[in-house]
Amino acid sequence: MYDVIIIGAGVSGSAVARELSRYKVNACVLEKNEDVCCGTSKANSGIVHAGYDAQTGSLMAKLNVEGNKMMPELSKELDFPFKQCGSFVVCLEEERIKDLEELYERGVKNGVEHMEVIKDKARIHEMEPNLTDDVAAVLYAPTAGIVCPFNLNIALAENAYTNGVEFKFDTEVLDIRRLENGWEIVTNNGVYETKYIVNAAGVYADKFHNMVSEEKIHITPRRGDYCLLDKSAGDHVSRTIFALPGKYGKGVLVTPTVHGNMLVGPTAIDIENKEGTATTKEGIDELIEKAGMNVKDLPMRQVITSFAGLRAHEDHHEFIIKELEDAPGFIDCAGIESPGLTSCPAIGKMVAKMIKEKMDLQNNPDFVGTRKGILDPATLSKEEYKELIKKNPAYVNIICRWEMVTEGEIVDSIRRPLGAKSLDGVKRRTRAGMGRCQSGFCSPRTMEILQRELNIPMTEITKSGGNSKLVVGTNKDAL
Amino acid sequence: MKQYDIVIIGGGPAGLAAAVSARDNGIERILILERDKELGGILNQCIHNGFGLHTFKEELTGPEYADRFAQQVYERNIEYKLNTMVMDISKEKVVTAMNKEDGLFEIQAKAVILAMGCRERSRGALNIPGYRPAGIYSAGTAQRLVNMEGFMPGREVVILGSGDIGLIMARRMTLEGAKVKVVAELMPYSGGLKRNIVQCLNDYDIPLKLSHTVVDIKGKERLESVTIAEVDGKGKPIPGTEEEYTCDTLLLSVGLIPENELSSSMGVQMNRITSGPVVNESLETNIDGVFACGNVLHVHDLVDFVSEEAKAAGKNAARYVQDMGLEDDGQTIMLNPENGVRYTVPSTVRPAHMEDTMTVRFRVGNVYKNHYISVYYDDERMMHRKRQILAPGEMEQVILKKEDLLKHPGMKTITIKLEEE
Repeated sequence: MYDVIIIGAGVSGSAVARELSRYKVNACVLEKNEDVCCGTSKANSGIVHAGYDAQTGSLMAKLNVEGNKMMPELSKELDFPFKQCGSFVVCLEEERIKDLEELYERGVKNGVEHMEVIKDKARIHEMEPNLTDDVAAVLYAPTAGIVCPFNLNIALAENAYTNGVEFKFDTEVLDIRRLENGWEIVTNNGVYETKYIVNAAGVYADKFHNMVSEEKIHITPRRGDYCLLDKSAGDHVSRTIFALPGKYGKGVLVTPTVHGNMLVGPTAIDIENKEGTATTKEGIDELIEKAGMNVKDLPMRQVITSFAGLRAHEDHHEFIIKELEDAPGFIDCAGIESPGLTSCPAIGKMVAKMIKEKMDLQNNPDFVGTRKGILDPATLSKEEYKELIKKNPAYVNIICRWEMVTEGEIVDSIRRPLGAKSLDGVKRRTRAGMGRCQSGFCSPRTMEILQRELNIPMTEITKSGGNSKLVVGTNKDAL
Repeated sequence: MKQYDIVIIGGGPAGLAAAVSARDNGIERILILERDKELGGILNQCIHNGFGLHTFKEELTGPEYADRFAQQVYERNIEYKLNTMVMDISKEKVVTAMNKEDGLFEIQAKAVILAMGCRERSRGALNIPGYRPAGIYSAGTAQRLVNMEGFMPGREVVILGSGDIGLIMARRMTLEGAKVKVVAELMPYSGGLKRNIVQCLNDYDIPLKLSHTVVDIKGKERLESVTIAEVDGKGKPIPGTEEEYTCDTLLLSVGLIPENELSSSMGVQMNRITSGPVVNESLETNIDGVFACGNVLHVHDLVDFVSEEAKAAGKNAARYVQDMGLEDDGQTIMLNPENGVRYTVPSTVRPAHMEDTMTVRFRVGNVYKNHYISVYYDDERMMHRKRQILAPGEMEQVILKKEDLLKHPGMKTITIKLEEE
């Protein structure tokens, strides 16, 4: 019997796992997909919010500000890309500056530091020359930032794993049954027993909650379409540019990414299908139309890909992080929508603390809180690089020409703890295929490396696990 | 730092022909840098025939055509490095590259010939809505999987775009046992060669739907279906015309983009229409001693013309290295594409530097029937040639004669345009 089973290997589940691994605990993460970071965590804005948005006094506000403060240090400990680039909330109408000031006040109450309402247009344009000329004022939050959502998630999970937490992939929870001293979890991949359950199932969190509790919750998958622009547009703005919030979330934002692209999105479309990550023409058109409202001359012709993610929107727009009263031992991590990514370090800490206190867990003397990411040769000096390729010539062989990803990095991404098993797994870890040719060049080459490293036939290699096979057979095999 | 007279970036058809030509024009120290494991570039995966009709007066496959030029490179003992990625070229023509044998290394070149070829446009650039499952490939990636590695990307295929690679792959997939259900083309005309439409689609009863595009992609893991719809004159899908095709594979043949990242970062000036460098009659860019040829300069339909262009680039680079000290009278004539002519390569001509004749290549922007290709020296019409059909998928050319140009010493502009009469 496990002490803790965490359902879901997204950022929340992985953050909880990592924080729990500080203690002597027999914990396991169950993930229905083939890899970590396959749901909401992989398709979002990658923003580390400052924390002025959420209602003062809410859990969302508290964890947002806490998470924001933890992120810089965490990014060093776990070696994932993070940049404190700051953010603007753009107000276009003089009469709405009071709303901007209200946002500022709320931020102050929430504990956000160093904010400023800037009305001096010359200064605004000096900071962001491509901001619309119609700007009336901005709320500047220098503590906001951007993060690589994949590597944040992957780093948390890897670190949890190396500190002793088990991960079971392709393991979908089908049923949860109460036992006398805990829970029985029925999956497509065996039955597991555990004292505690952490429900970090993203858009499915309501499903598992409602299996065990009479106090039902409801989560709406709220789809957000995004367009990612080429790196040649990567410096169009240097901070995250938000619109002054309207009825649906934060509106369309324009932000640099940590890797030097420009991201535009998201839309906010409530849907039924919890797997409904298809983009629509209407969604993309809306982005193209709205993106230009706050930022001028945005080169939307430089879009290299579009995608959609689902926010796990709980009806009350609040994080639900607590042990259920009518289901002791079942801890919800539900409704984790924006600013969930920002909050995840704080969520992990909060949940781990709850369990530690309940179970009186002892410290894990072997816990190592640091992790090294995949070595990026671009970060080395010429001399260091020459040394590296002498030792390992795989770092010479460039597989993705746009992101300059070498065979050495791809091999590392596959061999490391909780390594990649698919093309998308490699892509999220190394960025191979994320450039302007969108894997046209590297995919056959990456497939060859996967085949060799995993020792499986080409016909078994997938894009993202399951039935997403990339080739179906050999030439003329059906003739 | 090692010194070479001419460093050629890319060992595909353009690079090989340029190298051979430079050697035949007297240059000893030539180096070809090729990123793949063999010479020949993309031709190695073009195993269909139809190459070389102009150059060799016979029909060769892509690998055979490439081999003809590779043999010439071997015979002349021209140096080349395989599996070598060029990382950077400086304005001073220092080439930084790396491979497993030499590690990271730098080379000083007197002249550089850019011959990096082109790449395919991706789905992302088109904003095709829908899911993002496995089974969506650019046609060239699928071609590599099938022709080089022997793997079938899928069984039931829809192709978007009627570029030549898409048409060729329609036939290839059929021959290898897949069912190609339809080729959809956004434009009201095909982007490929007429002969490929006949030989790759018509001969196999594969329907070509012009003015159609993909409006939805279904399938969460592996592709399950593609919906195509007719588009109006502005390219917008017309509601009610949707047709859903069950399929496990979508191939995209939606355009080629010259691969000029290295050129741009070294400061080579680009032509917005071709996405290739702006060059003069010598195929020289705005940077002295840096030449361009082949698909990196502008996308060609026929490799024969790539070889021809590369031969000129090689010769001109040789002349540059040898510093033949041509008298420059300062006259530079602008080539001006107008009325349906989208661009010209080259963009300028210095009569003092040109050969006896010079080929100007261009493409038209639409399908034109019974139009004239006209060439004006300033305001004076000098050439007027009737053509039954002109199409964007087929590159056109006119030939300028040096003696004609010399007869017009004050000429500022040569305009090439289409006229109805």
